[in-house]
Amino acid sequence: MAKKMALIATKGTLDMAYPPFILGSTAAALGWDVQIFFTFYGLQLLRKDLSDVKISPLANPAMPMPVPMPVMVQMLPGMESMATMMMKQKMKSKGVASLEELRDLCLEADVKFVACQMTVDLFEFKKSDFIDTIEYGGAATFMKFAGESDVCLFI
Amino acid sequence: MNFDKEYDASGLACPLPIVKTKKALADMTSGTVLKVMATDPGSVCDMAAFAEQTGNALLEQGEEGGKYVFFLKKA
Repeated sequence: MAKKMALIATKGTLDMAYPPFILGSTAAALGWDVQIFFTFYGLQLLRKDLSDVKISPLANPAMPMPVPMPVMVQMLPGMESMATMMMKQKMKSKGVASLEELRDLCLEADVKFVACQMTVDLFEFKKSDFIDTIEYGGAATFMKFAGESDVCLFI
Repeated sequence: MNFDKEYDASGLACPLPIVKTKKALADMTSGTVLKVMATDPGSVCDMAAFAEQTGNALLEQGEEGGKYVFFLKKA
């Protein structure tokens, strides 16, 4: 029987968006059954348009920067968009897949995406905001699959 | 080594060489050989792990013209 991996994706920033999609697509390529439960800010990763998924240098002291940047400068308007643009350019130049591509690879490989109903309601997201190929559920839905899984990670 | 199909994953970073190798294997028949080329140094360990977990035998691996080369026999 195929191995199973259950992931919880709780973060909606560009850097934290990668691990669930990388692990999901890879495990699926290895023949694993994968389910990803998206909750809180992780729900942003289910949006049809992923262009709002960003990275911020602010309060992120470990982020390598081309030049050291004081916190006061990181706070300025447009810095987040600039950092995101630079990160995306760097990723592209290094052959790192875009989030959209990795998400599509997950879906092609039948990785199951479950949106947390409670946080969808909490943030008043509309189903039309999200891609169509997802299901909705709660903690019990996750536990059913997670309880049978070989690998279970909270991201 | 003889092969039936070739896939070039040069320039791609993790996890694309593995995920795309899986896709390249999808339409091949059992026993045929896929040659994969990659430039990602991580693919050396990853391809062995992929082979071990999927049952597609890694017949041979090495370097050719500055690239990593793998020969996988479809399970």
